[in-house]
Amino acid sequence: MTGCQQIASAEVRAAGVPYFINWIGLGMAVPTLLECGTEAQKETFLPPIFSAEHIWCQGFSEPGAGSDLASLQASAVKEGDQWIINGSKVWTSLGHFAQYMLLLARQDKSDKYGGITYFLAPMDQPGITVKPIHKMTGESGFNEVFLDNAIVGDHLRVGNVGDGWKVAMATLTSERGAGVGVGAVAGESPMLVMEQVIQLAKDTRRNGRRVWDDPVWRDRIVKVYERTEASLYNGRRARVKALNGGAMRIPLQGKLTGSEISQSLHQIALGILGLKSSLYVGDENAPANGKWPLGYMNTYTGTISGGSSEIQRNILGERVLGLAKSK
Amino acid sequence: MTTPKDFGFNDDINMLKDTYAKFLLEQKTIEALRPSLSGTEDPYHGAPRQAFFDAQNWQKTVELGMHAVAIPEAQGGIGMGLVAATAIAEEIGRSALPTPLSNNLLATFLLRAANTQSANQLLEEMAEGVSVGLALYGEDGSLETDSTDVQFLQGKLVGTAWYVTDAQKCEVLIVAAQTQDGVDLFRVNRQDATVSVAPDRIVDLTRDQAGVTFASSDAAPLTENGQGANCLNQALPALLTLTAADIAGAAEWQLQATADYAKVRQQFDRPIGFFQAVKHPIVDMMIAVDETRSLVYQAAAAFDFDPDDAARCAHLAKSSASDTAEFCANRSTQLHGGIGFTWEADVQIYHKRQMHSQFMFGDGIWQREKLADLL
Repeated sequence: MTGCQQIASAEVRAAGVPYFINWIGLGMAVPTLLECGTEAQKETFLPPIFSAEHIWCQGFSEPGAGSDLASLQASAVKEGDQWIINGSKVWTSLGHFAQYMLLLARQDKSDKYGGITYFLAPMDQPGITVKPIHKMTGESGFNEVFLDNAIVGDHLRVGNVGDGWKVAMATLTSERGAGVGVGAVAGESPMLVMEQVIQLAKDTRRNGRRVWDDPVWRDRIVKVYERTEASLYNGRRARVKALNGGAMRIPLQGKLTGSEISQSLHQIALGILGLKSSLYVGDENAPANGKWPLGYMNTYTGTISGGSSEIQRNILGERVLGLAKSK
Repeated sequence: MTTPKDFGFNDDINMLKDTYAKFLLEQKTIEALRPSLSGTEDPYHGAPRQAFFDAQNWQKTVELGMHAVAIPEAQGGIGMGLVAATAIAEEIGRSALPTPLSNNLLATFLLRAANTQSANQLLEEMAEGVSVGLALYGEDGSLETDSTDVQFLQGKLVGTAWYVTDAQKCEVLIVAAQTQDGVDLFRVNRQDATVSVAPDRIVDLTRDQAGVTFASSDAAPLTENGQGANCLNQALPALLTLTAADIAGAAEWQLQATADYAKVRQQFDRPIGFFQAVKHPIVDMMIAVDETRSLVYQAAAAFDFDPDDAARCAHLAKSSASDTAEFCANRSTQLHGGIGFTWEADVQIYHKRQMHSQFMFGDGIWQREKLADLL
């Protein structure tokens, strides 16, 4: 089934669908439930994710727990067959649409990693308030979520009490493109953006020539083209056991290289446009209605969220190369 | 047409790669080379160093059949393609091995592209174990394949070929020369009295290089009517891919050696790999190596299965490889600290091989110039 999701996602991207509304449900909730959920949880939650009746969001990060996610402080106290949750979550994409949240909360303050439990929290309840956060682009899209005596039934716990960190790793591995649910992510394919950038360089004239005819720009563009192609064949090589250097070596690079290549591509697009790149969404003279500066700013979503590039480099150094843990 | 999902690395080729890797491991190549490559004598002063040639290693290589992997069956070879040759070239790079095998693999694809009776004759001799060098460059080391300074005048070769690898140890030279029709390829007996080999003193201790001067040398044409340039262009994707594969193998060695060192070297009471200033650049080496390896395998597969796409894929592979060579050489020495800067460290041997490979058949910038023409 997850293989089908990969194929479906690739087709969706190829068709140029700009946004895949239930990317957290399909990309993170499904693989987490498949790996760690009970049969009852799978039966209850998988069908409405596939039909997009249930939109999901992710409640991991907190104002004080970003890269050091396990320092999260939202508390979970058991009362009868329910848990009472207090705290706040931040950077919650889709929080204002979602029916359910993948929630990490702390049942034991004395045990950093073993004190976390994983829940499927219903969003539609008085104890949960969602407040939008505006991005540097001016758009909203993610939120701060306040949990004030929110209630989650014990049947909505995933894994054992205190096993939340292990379950969260299953979710994060999928979020970073290396898990069983690989690729339920929205947006244009890198090759498509690449083609657009080459076309942009051919169509844009400055200083009496096409930007494409400037050898310095051309070299920069073709260097990113080379890296984009390499990502494509990395994806193929990851599945060839004799050539992949270990099962996780290439997949764990996917989120890091994909997001950094996308950022380079957008930086180059801005460079090709020069001062024209100052014209933003809504300006009548803005090339492609300001898509390039908007897209560029949004590439930081890729390099920061889901474990920043710096955290990805720690993971690769430690898990793949066996270097000493940075802590 | 498309390339296979496993890049054409079937069981036969994986077995071939393992066999050769095991052979190199048993030969303990780096230990065997070390006295010759470094030792106490400074090879950069005095007379240019004698070319390193391990005759026994070459003989065993021939016995294993590695030299004949890509020679067509009709010429007495094994008849495999560039995928198989690439697998071997990667292992050569991983061992930083000075072996005539590198040039024999390159020459095989050049002669296959020529596809004349005389070229096939030379392939037959190579299948018997004859070693071949390539004399293609002019003095400016130009990256264009038709820039040779050697001329074919009245049936004889005159002039100097530059940057000829293996010139001191090969038996036959393939020489690119200007003729009245353009550029053609010729075969010359390297030990002919009219052929003088002037060894270069080069940075790379794992290869030897020389200027070769032809003073009215007998030469047998391998191509005719100016078809040499076409032949070179047709073979170029193979030459680029094999050179990039050597770089990829050496870069993987640099990555593993640097990661291993960061696990054992202690400073501030910890292995230095603990520190992100060390850890992160090692990860960047891995990313560079993996991008290069994927593009190398794809280039080899394209040459064998999707020839229309071979040139693009080969330029991609060498573009990536040249930059990876520079980057991994730089980081491997830097992250080894003081010891990495010394003669005693193996990283210096690989560093210098990469400095050389980076520019063979064109650096990354030149590859990207060629790619841009295809986009």
